[in-house]
Amino acid sequence: MIPNNFQYHRAASVDDALTLMAKHGMDAKLLAGGHSLLPAMKLRLNQPDVLIDIGHLKELRYIKKEGNELVIGAGATHDDIAHSQMARETFSMLSEAADLIGDVQVRNKGTLGGSLAHADPAADWPAVMIAAHANIEVKGPQGTRTVAADDFFTGFFSTALADNEIITAIRIPEPPKGTNSSYQKFMQPASRFAIVGCAASITMNGRLCSKVSVAFTGLSDAAFRASNIEAALFEKMPTEENITAAVQKAGEGVMAMSDHFASEEYRLHLARVFAKRALMAAAK
Amino acid sequence: MTNYIGKAVKRVEDKRFITGKGRYTDDIVLPAMAHAYIVRSPYAHARIISVDTSAAEAMEGVIKVFTGKDIAASGINGIPTGWQVNFKNGETMKEPPHPLLVADKARYMGDAVAVVIAETKEIARDAGDIVEVEYEELPAVADAKKATEPGAPLVHDDAPNNLCFDWELGNPKAEVNEAMSKAHHITTLEFTNQRVIPNAIEPRSAIGHYEEANDKYTLYTTSQNPHLTRLLMCAFVLGIPEHKVRVVAPDVGGGFGSKIFHYAEEALMIWCSQRLKRPVKWTADRSEAFMTDAHGRDHVTKAEMGFDKEGKIVGLRVKTYANLGAYLSTFAPCVPTWLHGTLLQGLYTTPKINVDVTGVFTHTVMVDAYRGAGRPEATYLLERLIDTAALEMKMDPAQLRLKNFIPPFDGVKQPGYQTQVALQYDSGNYHGVLNRAMEMVGYEQFRKEQEAARKEGKLLGIGFSTYIEACGIAPSAVVGALGARAGLYEVGQVRVQPTGKVSVYTGAHSHGQGHETTFAQVVADRLGIPMDDVEIIHGDSESVAFGMGTYGSRSLAVGGSAIVKSLDKIIEKGAKIAAHKLEASEEDLEFAEGKWTVKGTDKSVGFGDVALTAYVPHNYPAGLEPGLDFSSFYDPANFTYPFGAHIAVVEVDKDTGKVALKRFIAVDDVGNVINPMIVDGQIHGGLAQGIGQALFEGALYDDNGQLINGSYMDYTMPRADDLPSFELDRQVTPCPHNPLGVKGAGEAGTIGSTPAVVNAVMDALSPFGIKNLEMPLTPERVWRAMNS
Amino acid sequence: MATKIKVKVNGKTYSHEVEPRTLLVQYLRDVLGLTGTHVGCDTSNCGACTILVDGKAVKSCTMLAVQAHGSEVKTIEGMADNGALHPLQEGFREEHGLQCGFCTPGMIMASADLLSRNSNPSEQEIREALEGNFCRCTGYHNIVKSVQHAAKKINQKEKVAS
Ligand SMILES: Cc1cc2nc3c(=O)[nH]c(=O)nc-3n(C[C@H](O)[C@H](O)[C@H](O)COP(=O)(O)OP(=O)(O)OC[C@H]3O[C@@H](n4cnc5c(N)ncnc54)[C@H](O)[C@@H]3O)c2cc1C
Ligand code: FES
Ligand code: FES
Repeated sequence: MIPNNFQYHRAASVDDALTLMAKHGMDAKLLAGGHSLLPAMKLRLNQPDVLIDIGHLKELRYIKKEGNELVIGAGATHDDIAHSQMARETFSMLSEAADLIGDVQVRNKGTLGGSLAHADPAADWPAVMIAAHANIEVKGPQGTRTVAADDFFTGFFSTALADNEIITAIRIPEPPKGTNSSYQKFMQPASRFAIVGCAASITMNGRLCSKVSVAFTGLSDAAFRASNIEAALFEKMPTEENITAAVQKAGEGVMAMSDHFASEEYRLHLARVFAKRALMAAAK
Repeated sequence: MTNYIGKAVKRVEDKRFITGKGRYTDDIVLPAMAHAYIVRSPYAHARIISVDTSAAEAMEGVIKVFTGKDIAASGINGIPTGWQVNFKNGETMKEPPHPLLVADKARYMGDAVAVVIAETKEIARDAGDIVEVEYEELPAVADAKKATEPGAPLVHDDAPNNLCFDWELGNPKAEVNEAMSKAHHITTLEFTNQRVIPNAIEPRSAIGHYEEANDKYTLYTTSQNPHLTRLLMCAFVLGIPEHKVRVVAPDVGGGFGSKIFHYAEEALMIWCSQRLKRPVKWTADRSEAFMTDAHGRDHVTKAEMGFDKEGKIVGLRVKTYANLGAYLSTFAPCVPTWLHGTLLQGLYTTPKINVDVTGVFTHTVMVDAYRGAGRPEATYLLERLIDTAALEMKMDPAQLRLKNFIPPFDGVKQPGYQTQVALQYDSGNYHGVLNRAMEMVGYEQFRKEQEAARKEGKLLGIGFSTYIEACGIAPSAVVGALGARAGLYEVGQVRVQPTGKVSVYTGAHSHGQGHETTFAQVVADRLGIPMDDVEIIHGDSESVAFGMGTYGSRSLAVGGSAIVKSLDKIIEKGAKIAAHKLEASEEDLEFAEGKWTVKGTDKSVGFGDVALTAYVPHNYPAGLEPGLDFSSFYDPANFTYPFGAHIAVVEVDKDTGKVALKRFIAVDDVGNVINPMIVDGQIHGGLAQGIGQALFEGALYDDNGQLINGSYMDYTMPRADDLPSFELDRQVTPCPHNPLGVKGAGEAGTIGSTPAVVNAVMDALSPFGIKNLEMPLTPERVWRAMNS
Repeated sequence: MATKIKVKVNGKTYSHEVEPRTLLVQYLRDVLGLTGTHVGCDTSNCGACTILVDGKAVKSCTMLAVQAHGSEVKTIEGMADNGALHPLQEGFREEHGLQCGFCTPGMIMASADLLSRNSNPSEQEIREALEGNFCRCTGYHNIVKSVQHAAKKINQKEKVAS
């Protein structure tokens, strides 16, 4: 329950945080909503020497439209997103996923940026961001760069983020007209993280799917895009039959995780079930 | 006269809890209080090679580090058990020592190795990390049955095959075998009644406070029975004089059994405080609570029930291996034996029963009473057998029960029912509760809906459970004969103040049950005074003479009855004073609505008047002692036997195996009811825990004895959105042998609900030919069964 | 290395130097003596520590005291208004929404967040809003009724006011 001792710095701005990070190097960790970091620190699974608090920075907490992009500040909380009309209109899977994260208290504090940086293999956002073709904007000593969500999650709790970089925003391109999406999750009953989560979006052109996007979380060491399912539905009608056939490919070639809540075999089965549910919902 | 009894009076204690003014152990801060952190073994079984405390002791703010060696050197004893169950051959059970801190070997993951005491809890925690313990890890065994097999690692060298005791009850085996051999059909189930973790939301905490100046000790502790803790700690562990020790259990945040027992940390805090001459506080983290609170259940059982052609039960044969954990906790030997075997008659007329139980040590934390204690295990066994038999014999499960029920008896005109397993039931009407529950669920209609749903591919199921329990524990002479090392009466003192206000001291302890309200209702009604004039005091050995605490649904039946005895004495003495004041004879008086009236007249004197006279005895009956203050010990004549019928309706998601509990109907008969609101609340909470065991909960130890789901991230408990609202009704069959006619309601919900839910899931899965699945019925388990 | 914080708790402003590692719940309990906020776990799952920070329900065991600098905190002790119980407090008492009382402050604070967003929640909405709070005593049945009771009460009051 009692974390180790550390130094605390309340960053005045993103740039200030970057300066502090440069100064403290590997000893420092960013603190946003604290809902992944503090639980780990209370159990002393994580014992940083320095915390740089960016949780209160208004410059990171917003949801806005910029051109044909929805831009979400890294400091937007899950709750901010759950209640954002703009987010819902862009992709309903954004609000659906936000609403399914943890509980109200967690959603009130936890941030999108923190979740992506933490890259918990059972976290919800990574799958949604991949399915949404989001670009993750990060700022470092060298300036700002963007990384496609597809390339961001590199493995078990690891990302393309460098130690001296901060996620500042998530940019989600406005989907074409006729796009519908859904996020469906099978919860780990105790923690309520995802055993399997599937984010799916379908763009219709006439009666056919002109664009299909499917991504999973919880299944393996990191969230990933299910290109095989996408290809199987491309330019097909999103009928139950076609969807059922397509989701048979869920998890193909993936090293599925196994724990006392779900074996590898069961996880793969759930991937098919929840991919189907997400796609059926998106097809409506 | 009954202004309060039977009414849903709002709880007196709530005000402090809803305003944040409850006072729980961890809320207490004493001057100069130090803080303890306990270093625990990460291994289930390990030799302790060395413990180096030097770095920790050198840390600024650390006061002292004690190890198992210090404890051993001090010559104090280990934690005792309060119950003895012998081997069938008469040999006494194995009772290995349970030291406050271990010096030689750790025997479960979480066994206490050292204690760090520091100025703050932060420092104690930091220093705990640098106590260097060198272990040699040894092979461990966590499963009770495996532990008895040849070659299994031994928990204690002097307990061969890890056997603590073996025990048998009922008809001789030969007779039962004979009856079974003639059975038309035998249903057999082999299953584990899995280990569950009580998880009161308040973690355990203890503060030891030794005052050198007057050589007094005070222990503040999260306990359901402060007096028993005092007795065990003083007489058995520390050898300190009981009259010098005060044990206070202030507000306690739930117990469910887990806070009955005397724990090592309690004695340890007193011992440390005595050494350091400072108060010392320890509060468990939840992770620590998972590892060290006594767990519940954990039986590996084979049960067989024989039936004749008509479906009448002809015999029951049960073999159980009961996991006791690494050491014997306070009631551990009693739970799988006298609280389990004795309940195997259930509600049925089974003519021949034999139960055989082997108590086993394993490298796991202690197992002891958890809400229901033994009785849920017995009920689960019986109710699963009945439903499975119905399925196998193609009979309706409700009808099969009705056919086998013991006929109604009130225990007054009709005698109590003598079971094959040592008990005599007090009163019962078992058909009544089941018929009512079936009416509530709309049984026939449901079967139609189920049929229709199946055609649409939806899996609906209904499950029954009819239970009886023995509670109101219990006649001292009986439990003494069965191995209890303490009596199980209760103490109730009623002190009428000179102004007529009443202070009531009870040895029962409330940690959610609402004694401050229910008991006050009883007192106010009997005395005919407003409830506001009554204060219930509990939980402090300094103010309450003695007590046995709250567990086994005993508080009202036993503790309440003790208070009633004292009230009777008050009224009797009051009558003498009233008679004197009214210049009438005692026989001509009647007491009602708070006053003594000369029968047939309007001459009367009030309770307050009489009280004042008792304390200002200027004009007073000759030879009568002043004062109006009585204490009574009530030792019940028998257990009480609540019973009921529970019905669960579930839907299983074919795709995922996830079970949704749709409805839960509970019709319970807990005897007379003083406060229906509180009784319903007790049932609700019990149901949630029983449902939790069926669907969600279960401690998982791996082969190395590691508890692998020891946190709320991994151990599933029911949350608000996992449960429906419950549908309750009540039948009242008064208990014939206690003055209130009450039976007890604390455990009923837990005992009845588990098998109802499992039976419902089995019913839903019956199209797949699935007969039995192990609890908890997790989605994967159910899915696998459907797909195998 | 203590850090200076300034926090408004139940309407009163406090300034203290705290170790950065001090959790907000420890600050409330150990420094301010507000022991109505409880600790039931070490993994941020039980909700017993729930309070309102700037009007929103937060688990005070999963927030550092230093993070609360400049914030307004409300705990169970601040719910009653000059001795008049908050409708939620009344609701819990009227509907027997508590037994041991240990989860109760957290339940009430989480319910306060719900009612501030949804003045007329359904049973399902209440159950979902309280998914972050364990109660081991009540089976949640009466907690749901308590929140409904409070919602009704608040709505009635507002009707009268308007
Ligand atoms: C009880 C509970 C239940 C939960 N359930 C779920 C769930 O169902 N689904 C789910 O997805 N998550 C769940 N979470 C996790 C939650 O969503 C966290 O809030 C989130 O994972 C981390 O966000 P944060 O803002 O709290 O990050 P923090 O804990 O502050 O930080 C997490 C990590 O990210 C780094 N970091 C934070 N912000 C940035 C940034 N802008 N740039 C670079 N690095 C950064 C930190 O240094 C740290 O290493 C749960 C958490 C709890 C406590
Ligand atoms: S103490 Fe359990 S969530 Fe905060
Ligand atoms: S009232 Fe005891 S935990 Fe909720």
